[in-house]
Amino acid sequence: MYKLLLCLRYLRTRYIALISIVSVTLGVATMIVVNSVMAGFTHEMQARLNGILGDLVFESRSMDGAPDAAAHMAKIREIAGDSIVGISPTVHVPSLMYIDVNGQLLTKQVTLVGIDPATYASVSQFGQYLQHPANRQQLNFQLRAGGYDTFDRQAVDTGQLIERTQMKTAGWPRRREMARQKQERRQLQQRLALDPSAQAGASNPFATDQPSGTDFDPATETHVGVVLGIGTCGYRAADGSDRFVALPGDDVRISFPKASLPPEAISEHYTIVDLYESKMSEYDSNFVFLPLANLQASRGMIDPETGIGKFTSIQIKLQPGADAAQVRDRLRNAFPAQYYQISTWRDKQGPLLAAVQMETAVLNVLLFMIIAVAGFGILAIFYMIVVEKTRDIGILKSLGASGYGVMGIFLVYGLSLGIVGAGAGLALGLAFESQINQIADLLGRVTGQPVFDPSVYYFYKIPTIVSPFTVSWICVGAISIAVLASVMPARRAARLHPVRALRYE
Amino acid sequence: MSELLQSTSAAPHRLSAATPRTVYMATRGLFKSYQKGDLGIPVLQGIDMQVYQGEFLSIVGQSGCGKSTLLHLLGTLDKPDAGEVQFEGHRIDNLPAASRDLLRNRHFGMIFQFYHLLPELSTLENVLLPAWIAESTLGYWRRRRHYRQRARQLLEMTHLSHRLKHKPSELSGGEMQRAAIARALMLEPQVLLADEPTGNLDRSTGEQIMHLLRELNREQKLTIVMVTHDSWIAEQADRVVRLVEGRIQSAE
Repeated sequence: MYKLLLCLRYLRTRYIALISIVSVTLGVATMIVVNSVMAGFTHEMQARLNGILGDLVFESRSMDGAPDAAAHMAKIREIAGDSIVGISPTVHVPSLMYIDVNGQLLTKQVTLVGIDPATYASVSQFGQYLQHPANRQQLNFQLRAGGYDTFDRQAVDTGQLIERTQMKTAGWPRRREMARQKQERRQLQQRLALDPSAQAGASNPFATDQPSGTDFDPATETHVGVVLGIGTCGYRAADGSDRFVALPGDDVRISFPKASLPPEAISEHYTIVDLYESKMSEYDSNFVFLPLANLQASRGMIDPETGIGKFTSIQIKLQPGADAAQVRDRLRNAFPAQYYQISTWRDKQGPLLAAVQMETAVLNVLLFMIIAVAGFGILAIFYMIVVEKTRDIGILKSLGASGYGVMGIFLVYGLSLGIVGAGAGLALGLAFESQINQIADLLGRVTGQPVFDPSVYYFYKIPTIVSPFTVSWICVGAISIAVLASVMPARRAARLHPVRALRYE
Repeated sequence: MSELLQSTSAAPHRLSAATPRTVYMATRGLFKSYQKGDLGIPVLQGIDMQVYQGEFLSIVGQSGCGKSTLLHLLGTLDKPDAGEVQFEGHRIDNLPAASRDLLRNRHFGMIFQFYHLLPELSTLENVLLPAWIAESTLGYWRRRRHYRQRARQLLEMTHLSHRLKHKPSELSGGEMQRAAIARALMLEPQVLLADEPTGNLDRSTGEQIMHLLRELNREQKLTIVMVTHDSWIAEQADRVVRLVEGRIQSAE
């Protein structure tokens, strides 16, 4: 009885002890914030990675691919059909993309991905990341008349969003306008050509390559449609707005090797029909999608006799909860390993995920050290309190309190300080976590240095996930450190000799 | 000094003859010494004494004669080097710690020169402290009315009813000692052990405290063992034991 009452009384009167647990509070708060941010990042990343990659990737080890996706898919379904919900063949090929920016040619290295529009949506959330509402329903690789999103639809905090004004003109209106301008330029050039002084003028590489002799009319016709990763043609300006060097409606040229011996580079014209924004900069700045059949035909991957095309990989989506590693192992047993590589999306992004996990672990260890250091602070303060309370301890013993009882006072005191400290830390951490974006903004404004630069991560806000399990472990850890730190002073108090304690001045 | 003692001990108000002569507490050949470095300083050198039921006994002696140590041994706060302490015919100095804690809590009440109230607790809470120690949380909660009433009664008896909510630092010396007496009586002990109860008080306040103690002895038949260096105070008890250099010099 007296243990509880006295330790409550001490809790209310000894402010120094409350100060000693401020470091526990801060440690707990920091750990909660760090863990929730790391969990948020991991979750966000995993969701995106998985959304783009599919659960399992079945790859041909040859860049030139393996023939007959249909037969392979049939065999895969035979082996693991019960857990497969979607399956789609693709062709990946590294290539160079040329974008004409006001007559200047921008060259970019990209990965050209041939996808099967009919089945690709079943393995990937690809469609969700497109910029035209109709394309999100069903992508047909045709240029739309307009109506592309002018706002980043994945941003949560729409208040700070800057409109992508360039996207307003995207689609057919832009194409017609560009064709008209090109026409004007050509007429101008033709007029200048009569002027001898302009003979040596720089020629537009597009203009010379343009199939002007044919009856292709860029104002009414398009090349084969492609979807560009938003990072391949866009950049974020210093004011935070997104700018584009190419938009849906523009033409690009892409060069890639044919799947033949000797290798032969070919280059094709394509028309951008949409942009792809997954927020994973690795993909957004690297991928260009086009219809599988077109890519197969261009690369000479279709057998002229049988009409069967080659594929370089097959994306597989599993049922929710299915064990991807187990399906992977079954497929590995069925297909010769020297020709095929079969991996889960986790295998593919293993190093990245492992790095994040490692970072979280190291941060947790370091932050827990802070709480441990706080434990020594508590120990010192408690020792002081025990010395200060020596006479009171003698009084309690003279009134019949046992050594264990006196020890109990200080252990319960340590426990309640731990609970107060961890509780305050919990409240502080959760409050910080819920306001983290506002705090980051404020810090950015005060220091003039943006804390969280959206252009680095392509997230507009810091993602956070509070895991009750982690939070409770942090609190339990902090409380037990406070209790452990009070054990030594409590034992000293218990061992005090009553007579000597009473005489203590 | 000794003559003075002799003369005052014959004061007419003493009623020792009327007290029943049942031995309540006793010591047999008590030895106790304190270690200072390598040197053992003998404090008590063979004390044999009896405390009779219902008597008011005072142990008088100069500073350092071992009278406080003797009281601590009687109250089981300390252990003798040799000899025994008996209470109601049973040896108590070698009991396990838990039993000694129980004795101090239920059977002995103690008051001290410096009152020894807990500074964080109010007067009422200080008086309730022995009950808090005796009871589990649930047990106290069940009987809290009874304990609170008892504490109020004791504070009324010690004229502290108006000081219930005050902290010790807001009380005068006399008030603090009266609160300490109320606390000592909380669980109705058989013996009150008083260590220089007036040592820190002026004469008239000390007189009030002595009056209270005599009243308790007379009306509630409480056995009191009081230690003091002040012969005048000691004389107010039924019986005086004189302690000189760790030995009993005279006992009546």
